[in-house]
Amino acid sequence: MTQKLVVIGAGMASGRALEHLFEAGADWDVTLFNAEPRGNYNRLMLSPVLSGEKTYEEIVTHDEAWYQQHGVDTHFGTRVTEVDRDAKIVRADDGSEVHYDKLLFATGSNPFIIPMPGHDLEGVIAYRDLEDTERMMNMPAGSKVVVIGGGLLGLEAAAGMAAHGIDVTVVHIMGHLMERQLDEPAGYLLRRALMDKGITVKCKANSKEILGEDGKVRALLLDDGTELPCDLLVMAVGIRPNTKLGADCGLAVGRGIHVDDQMITSDPDVLALGECVEHNGAVFGLVAPLYDQAKVVAKTLMGEEAAFQPREISTKLKVTGCDLFSAGDFAEGTDREDIVFRDPARGVYKRVVIKDNKIIGAVMYGDTADGNWFYGMMKDGTDISDMRETLIFGPAYQGGASVDPMAAVAALPADAEICGCNGICKGQIVDAINAGAHDLAGIRATTKASASCGTCTGLVEQVLAVTLGDDFVMPSVQSVCGCTDLSHEDVRRLIKSQELKSQQAVWQELGWKTVNGCHVCRPAINYYLLADWPVEYQDDPQSRFVNERNHANIQKDGTYSVVPRMWGGITTPDELRAIADAAEKYNAKTVKVTGGQRIDLLGIKKEDLPGIWYDLNQAGMVSGHAYSKGLRTVKTCVGTDHCRFGTQDSTGLGIKLEKALWGSWTPHKVKLAVSGCPRNCAEATCKDVGIICVDSGYEVSVAGAAGMDVKETEFLAKVPTEEEALELTCAFIQIYRENAKYLDRAYKWVAKVGLDWVKEQVVDDLASRKALAERFELSQSIYRKDPWADLAEPQKAERFAPVADFTLEAAE
Amino acid sequence: MSWTDIAALEDIPVRGARIVKTHAGCIAVFRTDADEVFATSDRCPHKGGPLSEGIVHGKSVTCPLHNWVFSLETGEAQGADEGQIATYPARVENGRVLMDLSEINKVAA
Ligand code: SRM
Ligand SMILES: Cc1cc2nc3c(=O)[nH]c(=O)nc-3n(C[C@H](O)[C@H](O)[C@H](O)COP(=O)(O)OP(=O)(O)OC[C@H]3O[C@@H](n4cnc5c(N)ncnc54)[C@H](O)[C@@H]3O)c2cc1C
Ligand code: SF4
Ligand code: FES
Repeated sequence: MTQKLVVIGAGMASGRALEHLFEAGADWDVTLFNAEPRGNYNRLMLSPVLSGEKTYEEIVTHDEAWYQQHGVDTHFGTRVTEVDRDAKIVRADDGSEVHYDKLLFATGSNPFIIPMPGHDLEGVIAYRDLEDTERMMNMPAGSKVVVIGGGLLGLEAAAGMAAHGIDVTVVHIMGHLMERQLDEPAGYLLRRALMDKGITVKCKANSKEILGEDGKVRALLLDDGTELPCDLLVMAVGIRPNTKLGADCGLAVGRGIHVDDQMITSDPDVLALGECVEHNGAVFGLVAPLYDQAKVVAKTLMGEEAAFQPREISTKLKVTGCDLFSAGDFAEGTDREDIVFRDPARGVYKRVVIKDNKIIGAVMYGDTADGNWFYGMMKDGTDISDMRETLIFGPAYQGGASVDPMAAVAALPADAEICGCNGICKGQIVDAINAGAHDLAGIRATTKASASCGTCTGLVEQVLAVTLGDDFVMPSVQSVCGCTDLSHEDVRRLIKSQELKSQQAVWQELGWKTVNGCHVCRPAINYYLLADWPVEYQDDPQSRFVNERNHANIQKDGTYSVVPRMWGGITTPDELRAIADAAEKYNAKTVKVTGGQRIDLLGIKKEDLPGIWYDLNQAGMVSGHAYSKGLRTVKTCVGTDHCRFGTQDSTGLGIKLEKALWGSWTPHKVKLAVSGCPRNCAEATCKDVGIICVDSGYEVSVAGAAGMDVKETEFLAKVPTEEEALELTCAFIQIYRENAKYLDRAYKWVAKVGLDWVKEQVVDDLASRKALAERFELSQSIYRKDPWADLAEPQKAERFAPVADFTLEAAE
Repeated sequence: MSWTDIAALEDIPVRGARIVKTHAGCIAVFRTDADEVFATSDRCPHKGGPLSEGIVHGKSVTCPLHNWVFSLETGEAQGADEGQIATYPARVENGRVLMDLSEINKVAA
């Protein structure tokens, strides 16, 4: 006879349990209550929804059709208020009364709200469900939000909001972020990465009181007196199992609802699973163990033997750009030994904790590819004595295998865990592939691997690639924007191979989804076209950001700044006089010496731009392109002309370089410097191209920067003559122009393709170097000209003024 | 409606804009790829960015300062942002751009 199952809570745990139950073909008549006004969805994925990488529709795990197919009677937006275990009846707040044979508690947990003064003000929320997520997403860019709690949830909330341009401050009581999962060095790297995203992080900060105004949150007051103004306050300080209903109906309850290994509570007809339960003194906060519980619940309901066994779990943070992995125990102690690896340049930190020749903990930041390998050995208690020396370098270095990630995946044993959330091993994925699942969607549908938090997606794809060989095409990385599914790399390749020479050709041939792109893709496409077809394609000013269209930097008040070029940082009294005159004539608000060895005239009105340019042109000066994704400055030191240490004419070479490169458009800005000796007064070692003069010639190094990331240049080659230094530099700039993704600074691009590849093309292969330099010269024959001179022509100058002025007319 | 001649269509760049000064502030007059014209307030409700300097795509413009996107037809901010810019009647006739300035004059009066 069909039995009646009532489920309280449509969360991640109960959703999985129902799936197992129906898959096994069990004959149950199910009624499902959920307090949230919707059915089961993937709660983990709220963070990608918040950051805008996914939509809610994409994270629904069970839809209307699924419930219907399995005859589930759903009551969404309905809270169960009472359970009468004697009568075997549940009552809900919509007045319904439902009889059960078996009852399943899956009520999850409640976010903990610190009961400090002001916690009940409007605008104080937790981060648990879609309502909270939408509340955060609806904050306008520029508004201020304080997040209390620097754990997993708090940081995902903060990063998600920062992606919307919200000004976020994270307040954390401990000394470093995610202290439960990370040690201090990893916490530091994480903090740095979040600060790079514009998030303010305050550690060791004690919240004292939430201040309000008219019943609404206004600021958070810390106990050191600091006030942090905010329009919304998110508390993400932990969760408490939701046990009230269970306790009210008399079930045995401790921290959570007590369950045995079969997930049965103190009442044999009542089961429980998920975050609301307590098993052997433990409570749960991550999905992996809950999925194991779901399997057991289904078996128990079908009268089969099964027992829940807790297991080690690992953690990852779902914040784009913050790669971290943590598992096990990594507290310090005299009985344990640490192996640490750091690569400051790449921001990589790895630490493995060993006790009795076994791994008991692992933390990694920046490069987490080997996480599952360590985790596997930790779970299996593998003796690592034989590989102690190379352990930290990961599986690729063991047993002489190559460092290719594919080879590493190929070498993984069948029982190596790939998907931590669902406990899916490599063997199960390979079985699924052999049974016909030949893409990611297929693997997700048949094994659930990569279907929860998604961080193992890359690994699953590698298993597919290793197993299927050429039959599997690795999916391309992120698309340029919503107008296309193609990545930047694809678009660049297709523009070249299909000889697409106009924007229309790109929209049409590559199947753009919008009429003429958007503000994200159009500037990129415009750049790719002019870089690949300098002669055929004409630059489109309407596809450029305001600064590059108006050839000046827009300021926050709508005025502009004007920076004339000073070749290699050299100027003359005449030029200085002309600059002074222009500054006076056009009312420059501020005259500033820039960090790039020239002078900035700030606060110039748009309609005055053609005039000031005309005047500066008359004095022999041209645009300094202080606004462009193109050549900015070539910094130099005084060199042999004056300095007692100078070895070569660094100023002269700097001027020659700037005269060769100016006006060129590049994927991102390009800055150079030439120093006359290794004392390096021109700071050449943090530029896109830096040249250090030595007695025997010129040391050319590339891929440096000193902006958001500080990165030292890497040595490219040493050349004996100035001509070669010039040719090598032009060739390097050209290969960067032809290949990099728009808005990748040279160092980011070199990190992707590898300096060795670049060297092969511009150092080892002289014919290739020459060809690149020639292509650069061809492009420069068109772009090496002063945009100011052109725009100061009377006809074009008109365009900088209003097209009509009715304020004058009305006055007449 | 009373239409006032503003400028020649050619005076406005395709996928671009020019501004018209009025007593009620600057109005941006946009020209799309398909030679439609739209007139809106030039001030972004976010932090006052000059919308006439934004990138025009489809029938939308992206503010040059922080990338809010507005529909030129309705003036409504698109996507996650919330905001509204004023829109004014404008059309093209015989290669001339015409605007109805009556609303604007009311504001100014
Ligand atoms: C004017 C100047 C500051 C100064 O008063 O000295 C300046 C001003 C601006 N910088 Fe800079 N940077 C200036 C030298 C630098 C330097 C130092 C240098 O070049 O020696 C750096 C670090 C070195 C580097 O780039 O590696 C620098 C790193 C940045 C960055 C971060 C770049 C990065 O890749 O991380 C940005 C943001 C960007 O480009 O996306 C930026 C962006 C800006 C912008 C264009 C911001 C903007 O988009 O409006 C500023 C324009 C102000 C204006 O309205 O005029 N500025 N900027 C300097 C102009 C030099 C020149 O003569 O052209
Ligand atoms: C933003 C976010 C990110 C996360 N990221 C990760 C991650 O990366 N990895 C990971 O492992 N875990 C993550 N978690 C934790 C994970 O989501 C939870 O462990 C999991 O959802 C718990 O499942 P559950 O079924 O026990 O509870 P829930 O999914 O919370 O479901 C419980 C449901 O029961 C309903 N309910 C409660 N009481 C009643 C009642 N009386 N009547 C009717 N319905 C009721 C609730 O409304 C709720 O919908 C994350 C959580 C959040 C909030
Ligand atoms: S780099 Fe060397 S040569 Fe040039 S100024 Fe400095 S010390 Fe002198
Ligand atoms: S001023 Fe327009 S988006 Fe900020």
